[in-house]
Amino acid sequence: MIKKIFFQSIFFSFLFFKKAFAAESGGMPQLNPEFWISQIFWLVLTFGIMYVVLSKFILPKISNNLESRKSQILENIEAAEKQREDGEAKLKEYDEIILKSKMEAKNIFNQTREKTLKDIGAKKEVLDQQIDDEINKAEKEIEVLRVSAPDKINKIAIETSSELLEKLIGSGVNSSSISAIVDDLSRRNGDKYYGN
Amino acid sequence: MAANPMSQFDVYRIGPEIKVGAFDISFTNASLFMIISTVSILLVFNLGSKRNSVLPNKMQLLAELSYTFVAKMISDTAGSKAKPYFAFIFSLFMFVLFCNMFGMIPYTFTVTSHIIVTFILAAFIFIGVTVIGFIKHGFGYLKLFVPSGVPAVLLPLIVVIEIISYLSRPISLSVRLFANMMAGHTMMKVFGGFVISLGLVGGWLPLSFSVALTGLEILVAFLQAYVFAILTCIYLNDALNLHH
Repeated sequence: MIKKIFFQSIFFSFLFFKKAFAAESGGMPQLNPEFWISQIFWLVLTFGIMYVVLSKFILPKISNNLESRKSQILENIEAAEKQREDGEAKLKEYDEIILKSKMEAKNIFNQTREKTLKDIGAKKEVLDQQIDDEINKAEKEIEVLRVSAPDKINKIAIETSSELLEKLIGSGVNSSSISAIVDDLSRRNGDKYYGN
Repeated sequence: MAANPMSQFDVYRIGPEIKVGAFDISFTNASLFMIISTVSILLVFNLGSKRNSVLPNKMQLLAELSYTFVAKMISDTAGSKAKPYFAFIFSLFMFVLFCNMFGMIPYTFTVTSHIIVTFILAAFIFIGVTVIGFIKHGFGYLKLFVPSGVPAVLLPLIVVIEIISYLSRPISLSVRLFANMMAGHTMMKVFGGFVISLGLVGGWLPLSFSVALTGLEILVAFLQAYVFAILTCIYLNDALNLHH
């Protein structure tokens, strides 16, 4: 379709411009041999110079650049690969070290705990012993006090009652008879107070 | 410029007439554009090869992409034996491409739209390929005209056809490029003339055609350079790897 329109328009254009064409020299300038030799000469000259410069100076440089880039990229890839392997080995080593130190830490912890437990046990025993001793001592003292207490009480009672009697009666009373009464009372009440 | 669509192909002298013996080698507009094309090629590829960085800049990328493009084209069509001819085919491709492309700029001259230029290139390729073929294979190169697996009865006919097709190579190669360039530029000129003659009212249609044709012609300019180079590679392949 487009082609048809196009060719039709060319055809019409030739109709339109027929007069203009008639005025100009007809035919294709390409077939006019006037400048053929000149064109051949300049073509050979320019193309030849371009070919020589390209093949001797520029293309080897480009090829060199490409080659060096290729080798550089390959080298870089190799280096990267090597570094990656190194990194992996280091990571493994690191993991091992971590595992080892974890085990060690666990061991140390366990040992310390055992030791501490032992220490605590020993100290506790010593303390228990001391406490027992103290308790025994205190019990003994209490016993002694308990034993001596009725006598003291009797004494105080005799003294108090004799003083009381002195004040009430006015004259001294035989202390031996008072003590006999107090002893008798305390013996009777002693069972009540002390639960013996 | 005149309205004649062919006047864009006129060759005219720039400066004085230079004569060597009987030959007129005056500097013309054709010579000017040959020089512009070659100088541009050298400039572009010199800039593109100057610095060698791992990350190429635009010029370097352009040069290297062109290099690998042509190298791939040659190795695909003619194999590894064609490596010594790489520089020639590269120059040929770039020369035709740049001449075609410079021709796409308005008011310029298209070097490759002249049959004499394309014919000289094609003839040089033809002679070169034939010489290479005879050097590589001696008279065995003539086996090119005798395809294998053809019945003996048909052989005389086939051989004649093969010889004619071989001899017409330079003509077909040169006429293909020349005719494409000439036709395209004539077409554009004609449509341009329509835009003027139809004026503001009707000129839009041919103008839009002109725009579309410009795109098409740029494509053709590249394509014809590529075809020219790849056919050279194919002919070279015939000469280097004789397998018929």
